[in-house]
Amino acid sequence: MAAHEAAVAAHDDHQTSTGLDNTKLAMWAFLGSECLFFGSMISTYLLYRNNVLDGPTPHEIYDIPYTSVSSFVLLMSSLTMVLALNAIQRRDQRALRSWLLATAFLGLCFIGGQIYEFTTFVHEGLTMSTSTFGSSFFVLTGFHGAHVTVGILMLLTLYGLSLAGKLEGPEGARPVEFIGLYWHFVDIVWIVIFTVVYLVPTE
Amino acid sequence: MDAPLHPAPREHEELEHHPSPRKYVAIAVILAIVTAIEVAIYYIPALFDFIVPLLLAFAVIKFIFVALYFMHLKFDSKVFRRFFLIGIFLALAIFGVVLAIFFLAQNGPAPVLTDR
Repeated sequence: MAAHEAAVAAHDDHQTSTGLDNTKLAMWAFLGSECLFFGSMISTYLLYRNNVLDGPTPHEIYDIPYTSVSSFVLLMSSLTMVLALNAIQRRDQRALRSWLLATAFLGLCFIGGQIYEFTTFVHEGLTMSTSTFGSSFFVLTGFHGAHVTVGILMLLTLYGLSLAGKLEGPEGARPVEFIGLYWHFVDIVWIVIFTVVYLVPTE
Repeated sequence: MDAPLHPAPREHEELEHHPSPRKYVAIAVILAIVTAIEVAIYYIPALFDFIVPLLLAFAVIKFIFVALYFMHLKFDSKVFRRFFLIGIFLALAIFGVVLAIFFLAQNGPAPVLTDR
């Protein structure tokens, strides 16, 4: 039995010139490039947010208590995600599935909240074509919402893989760790968006 | 000449350095409290003059907590941290360049549209 486990462990080892996991390195390079992606859109929003033409201003249209609850929900989804990783590192597949579902549910609550917010804004007269403030706001927060949606799909895929028994073994935690990194990154981007877009007052 | 090869770290080796679930919950509580403080600052008129630096400081605190503990940058190789920092630095550089182009070259935040 011990010989079998050693053979499995030896098979799962992979050699790299850096001593680091190459896939994880690629994931961090991807997240670094995502910083540029969101950085450019946040910059654009900051430059255009006072350009409202005849449409509503950010101060008139933002509902801070509502967005604060959404932010809290996404922040807590980072906790459930890291608890999912901790569960699979302890080889507890049942806890992993529970935390993955909890994370996906919180992500869905956030997306539902964003859809409601967008609908309200459109009814109040702010659309993509109302002003450059509207364009930059919807593009920035819409792309963030798209990232959250992709994250939810990946979480549900992980849930399916766990059910199928494909996340077992010494390296089963790797996919959970990588998708967790993506999820936390999406949360970090929202931390910046919530402060810079919603809370920092306009002129 | 080929670079010497080293085994990538195994999962159980990394787990030894990661925080316990109790510590993760404690960090989440800190993040929730900081978010509540941020929202409270927004509604306190007396702090209006300092609102931007205060809000940015709290956002940076939350950013650092998530990156260091939830993304495990505190415990992982410094190479990962550098990859992420390069991305953040370049994003800030983009902001600086865009700001310079708009305010120095075009005298204002809105682009000048001209007919050809």
